[in-house]
Amino acid sequence: MKVEFDYTRSLGSVLSQFMSALKQHSVLGGVLADGRVVVPPPEFDPVTHDAITELVPVSDHGTVQSWSWVPEPVSQQPLTKPFAFAQILLDGSDAPLLHAVDVDSAADISTGMRVRVRWAEETIGSIRDIACFEPAGDGETTGSASMDFGPPEVTGIISPVNLAYDYAASPEETKFFRGLSEGKLFGQRCPVCKKVYIPPRGACPVDGVPTAEEIELPDRGTLTTYCVVNVPFKGQTIPIPYVSAYVLLDGADIAFLHLILDIDAADVRMGMRVEAVWKPREEWTTSLDNIKYFRPTGEPDAEYDTYKHHL
Amino acid sequence: MRDVAVVGFAQRQMKELDGSPTCLELLVPILGELYQQTGWTKSDIGFWCSGSSDYLAGRSFSFVSAVDAIGTLPPVMESHVEMDAAWALYEAWIKIQTGEVDTAVVYGFGKSSAGILRRTLALQLDPYTVQPLWPDTVSLAGIQAREGLEKGLWDEAAMAEVVARSMSDAAGNEWAIRKGATSVEDVLAQALYADPLRRWDCAPVSDGASGMVLAAGDKAFEACERPAWITGFEHRIEPIALNARSLTTSTSTASAGAASGTAGVDLAELHAPFSHQELILRASLDLSDDVRINPSGGALTANPMFSAGVNRIGEAARQIWAGTSDKALAHATSGPALQQNLVVTLDSQKGN
Repeated sequence: MKVEFDYTRSLGSVLSQFMSALKQHSVLGGVLADGRVVVPPPEFDPVTHDAITELVPVSDHGTVQSWSWVPEPVSQQPLTKPFAFAQILLDGSDAPLLHAVDVDSAADISTGMRVRVRWAEETIGSIRDIACFEPAGDGETTGSASMDFGPPEVTGIISPVNLAYDYAASPEETKFFRGLSEGKLFGQRCPVCKKVYIPPRGACPVDGVPTAEEIELPDRGTLTTYCVVNVPFKGQTIPIPYVSAYVLLDGADIAFLHLILDIDAADVRMGMRVEAVWKPREEWTTSLDNIKYFRPTGEPDAEYDTYKHHL
Repeated sequence: MRDVAVVGFAQRQMKELDGSPTCLELLVPILGELYQQTGWTKSDIGFWCSGSSDYLAGRSFSFVSAVDAIGTLPPVMESHVEMDAAWALYEAWIKIQTGEVDTAVVYGFGKSSAGILRRTLALQLDPYTVQPLWPDTVSLAGIQAREGLEKGLWDEAAMAEVVARSMSDAAGNEWAIRKGATSVEDVLAQALYADPLRRWDCAPVSDGASGMVLAAGDKAFEACERPAWITGFEHRIEPIALNARSLTTSTSTASAGAASGTAGVDLAELHAPFSHQELILRASLDLSDDVRINPSGGALTANPMFSAGVNRIGEAARQIWAGTSDKALAHATSGPALQQNLVVTLDSQKGN
């Protein structure tokens, strides 16, 4: 299962200046109350807690203070081949910057080694404008004092986050999903309160005990409550208006959310009897999507008293 | 202050949980074990607090599903922290101090193996200038370890001693994941992995859950013959910026330890996910040489996220219950490279 989201973050005055400078291939440090220059610049002095107001350019050359080899880089790190993460003290600063150093092996890096910034091909105002550091040999410190201080150009950053998970199903969920692949709906009954849950849960939320007993349920039931979707949204696949509803299968004690079609949205009502419309058998997977939607059965509506405690 | 004691503790740890990230499969039997230990049932518990993270589970509001393990009809008084359950325990202890409740159950759970743990944990770093580089936990620990090595604060042999002692002590711990009689030579014979760290210097990725019961005053004796009384409970945090603090000392641990009163402890359970971090913690707490360290094997032998910290407290409490310790210290850490630290002292005698 993949989870992806881009964080859009606005920047305060200090980081706006810092990111704007990076875009111009320049590195700024913040001047603390005690005169020390820190990169990246903090927004507030860690001792006096006053806002940092003075930023000064520091060099794009520096010295490795400590490092760790990264034998198996993970996704989105600065380099895809093995590299070193290092604390790098840039010339003109008093506290180290954490970044990547591009060397071929752990034997090619050492504390005290001189390194310099390798700028990204395109700079946008992000810590990733520094693609990484690379050995500087005896190279001269070039400094980076050439930028113009004006109103900051960069006022926000976007941080993409992509996470991947192996999502295992619980024993109860496994039975449920396997049942779906055979066109069956399995719920589970709490041994204490006897309520039947579908989809099953790891434990009865009332009694806190595993819901062990398996119950096969029919694919028809009662619509308990619903909403008419009138608002278009990105990725919508069904023409609006359409109905999302809670369906209480006959014999179950908890309703689940599904789609109601084959009926005009205006005619949908609480208590309506509905049945599942399954996809063609060859398309079945271990998913509740095997049921395309629910449609009216044409039976008389259920009495309110039969489902009122499920609302 | 009210006298509050740890009176119940149960844990489950494994390399890979064959189950859902809600960890209900673990929490249900853990709560059952706690009821058995204390003789209590759900209705005897005044407050519930858990520690877990959605980033680990890969789903939103994962702690809400976990509440099913309690059974919440009629409703219970419940809270949650996105931290190790040691901090949930702190909240529960405060709740009892208010006088509103006399008992509490605390639980933590996490399925670290669902994602790439060392990468997921980069999300706890500064989101502007650090997290976008995805510095993984092992790399940050490596930088920290090298700094101490090169400054002469510790050496490879000292790190290897921590590993060898931990794995050897864990031999008798049914929940330890990496264990067995191990010598310093065995450790040093291992190749470097993330130079300067060997694999054994790094805690194994671990899944697990655990639960703990707190009770105040005489109520504690209902559940436990020799309760482990909490005589000090403090936590401190340092700046998130890795260049704004010393990585080779832990001032937050030192100050939490001093405030909770660690003098006279005969046992310390320290939450050190990396071998050198135990050396930092020992130095920060100024422990004398005769203090037993991590007889359980500690986090180096099993480090389930969100319960490894509270497990230290549970392991220390078990020693008090058994009469094998009279005064113990337990420590939990959170955040990158020992950023945040908690110290609790447990005593066989009530406080003042």
